[in-house]
Amino acid sequence: MSGEDANRPFVREELLPALAPPMQYRGVIGWLRAHLFINVLNSVLTLIVFAAIIYFVNVMWHFFFVNATFTGVAREDCLPNPGACYPYLKANMGFFIYAFYPEPERWRVNIAALYSLLSILALLWPSFPSRKLSAVNFFVLLPVIVFFLLYGGVFGLQVVETYQWGGMIVTFVVAITGIVFSLPLGIFLALGRRSKMAAIRMLSIVFIEVWRGVPLVTVLFMASIMLPLFLPSDMSPDKLLRALVGVTLFSSAYMAEVVRGGLQAIPKGQYEAASALGLSYWQGMIFIVLPQALKKVIPGIVNTFIGLFKDTSLVFIVGLVDFLKAIDMSLVNPNWATPWTRYSGYAFGALFYFICCWSMSRYSVYMENRLSAGENKKV
Amino acid sequence: MSMSETNTNAEPMIRLANVNKWYGDFHVLRDINLNVASGERIVICGPSGSGKSTMIRCINGLEEHQQGIITVDGIEVAHNLKKLHEVRREVGMVFQQFNLFPHLTVMENCTLAPIWVRKMPKKDAEMLARKFLERVRIPEQADKYPGQLSGGQQQRVAIARALCMNPKIMLFDEPTSSLDPEMIKEVLDTMVDLAESGMTMLVVTHEMGFARQVADRVIFMDEGTILEQNEPKEFFANPKHERTKAFLAQVLH
Repeated sequence: MSGEDANRPFVREELLPALAPPMQYRGVIGWLRAHLFINVLNSVLTLIVFAAIIYFVNVMWHFFFVNATFTGVAREDCLPNPGACYPYLKANMGFFIYAFYPEPERWRVNIAALYSLLSILALLWPSFPSRKLSAVNFFVLLPVIVFFLLYGGVFGLQVVETYQWGGMIVTFVVAITGIVFSLPLGIFLALGRRSKMAAIRMLSIVFIEVWRGVPLVTVLFMASIMLPLFLPSDMSPDKLLRALVGVTLFSSAYMAEVVRGGLQAIPKGQYEAASALGLSYWQGMIFIVLPQALKKVIPGIVNTFIGLFKDTSLVFIVGLVDFLKAIDMSLVNPNWATPWTRYSGYAFGALFYFICCWSMSRYSVYMENRLSAGENKKV
Repeated sequence: MSMSETNTNAEPMIRLANVNKWYGDFHVLRDINLNVASGERIVICGPSGSGKSTMIRCINGLEEHQQGIITVDGIEVAHNLKKLHEVRREVGMVFQQFNLFPHLTVMENCTLAPIWVRKMPKKDAEMLARKFLERVRIPEQADKYPGQLSGGQQQRVAIARALCMNPKIMLFDEPTSSLDPEMIKEVLDTMVDLAESGMTMLVVTHEMGFARQVADRVIFMDEGTILEQNEPKEFFANPKHERTKAFLAQVLH
């Protein structure tokens, strides 16, 4: 049909068949073209990035595998190889995990860890047969049982004072307690900050701004050094407990602001509909507003959790030996002093933090997808 | 005034006496007096910003009035939470933006308040919800989420949700204003059904056909005052106030 004819009224006799897109827009070639080599600048950037990746992977490959020492018993085995020193990690693993926790009692830590892991899995796994059971287990039974397993003093278990706790034990105890308490506390603070009651609102604002306004290091110093000045001399709260409270309150202030962001994203109509149906303030919050608000800020909540997890490495400042501090302490051991020991230790530390934080991140992505599966579906 | 006097024979279902309200310095409701008898259907119209939504939102306490007295079924709408809850149990409300709960299914939207406010067993609440979903003609959508329904269907769910609380009064705040034209009718039909069942209704709307068909009284508001009220035939045939005439000339075409 020529151009002129196109304007003439007509009726098509048969439908046009669907055709495949032209070669350069489909398959592998189409993908490469569209994503990597769409124009000169993009092509150059692609090549530079590829070169950087290859260089980096190559360095890593040599450090962790080619030049690494896999077997041995002492520093002499690692000394000649300019790569990771795995025997050092192996020999110190117990110290990284338990630090000064007495060796004969370490089975208690193992049981507590296994029980905690199972409880966390049960809690986080959405299709666990009984959600109520897993929640009660996690929030009520777990803290009590784990505390008495680690601390002892019951059923003939030897008492292990908290100053003997260390390594991953301290890291996980601080992180998990902080995570579990900072979320509800943050929610209350966020609701308080939006409250119509001026006193509660002021209190929440002051609390949030004070805790956000000081570095965590200061908080920990205050908790361990200043706090005893204000308390009667015979009262000296546990050092670990003080750090725990400090970390939790610190994170809860950040959490409050994340949650507040979610609350603000909920249209006023949702509050009104809840009120108009006769729901009380708390019913409206629990059933209507919070489920929607928290869902919107899952990335922010998990972000705060991840930050908290990594911040636990600051508790060494008040004399607690957390996982990172344990690595640090192992480095001064002359039995393992090689130029590569430091790299090996910190690389392992980095890997540990990365695995923990990345799992949290993946879980949050999974939950986001799962929660939005129903309602975002359009017909 | 003659209209409201004829309706005060029995104790009125809703009574507004000398109600005033301000937003800051802006006088949004000016000396409102209104009595609504049980089973009466009232349509409220007027230009935007005339205070008609604010007035019906004062009736279930979503907005606070600053002077005057509002009573609903003998209970004073005061700003104490206990009284407010009592009032809100008797008053259902349908919003312009539907305000369904997007994270709950249609069924859960309908059963939440009966279960938690009326303390109804879940089974009974679901039976009740099914009854009302059938009444608004969407029983088959019970397990879907609001986002999967059309606007008209969503608004009918909102009506069913309000009815599940067995209210004595239903307030409609421009229920069809945010709907596509082809969905307005299905919602209006539902409302006509409801009106025929004897429900006390206050409807803020510009749907004059609906007013003609079901209203016992039409109220015209402007600048926070009730300028004119009359039975629909007379209201549309013989508007008295200049502003009413001007308004009707705009909306009736």
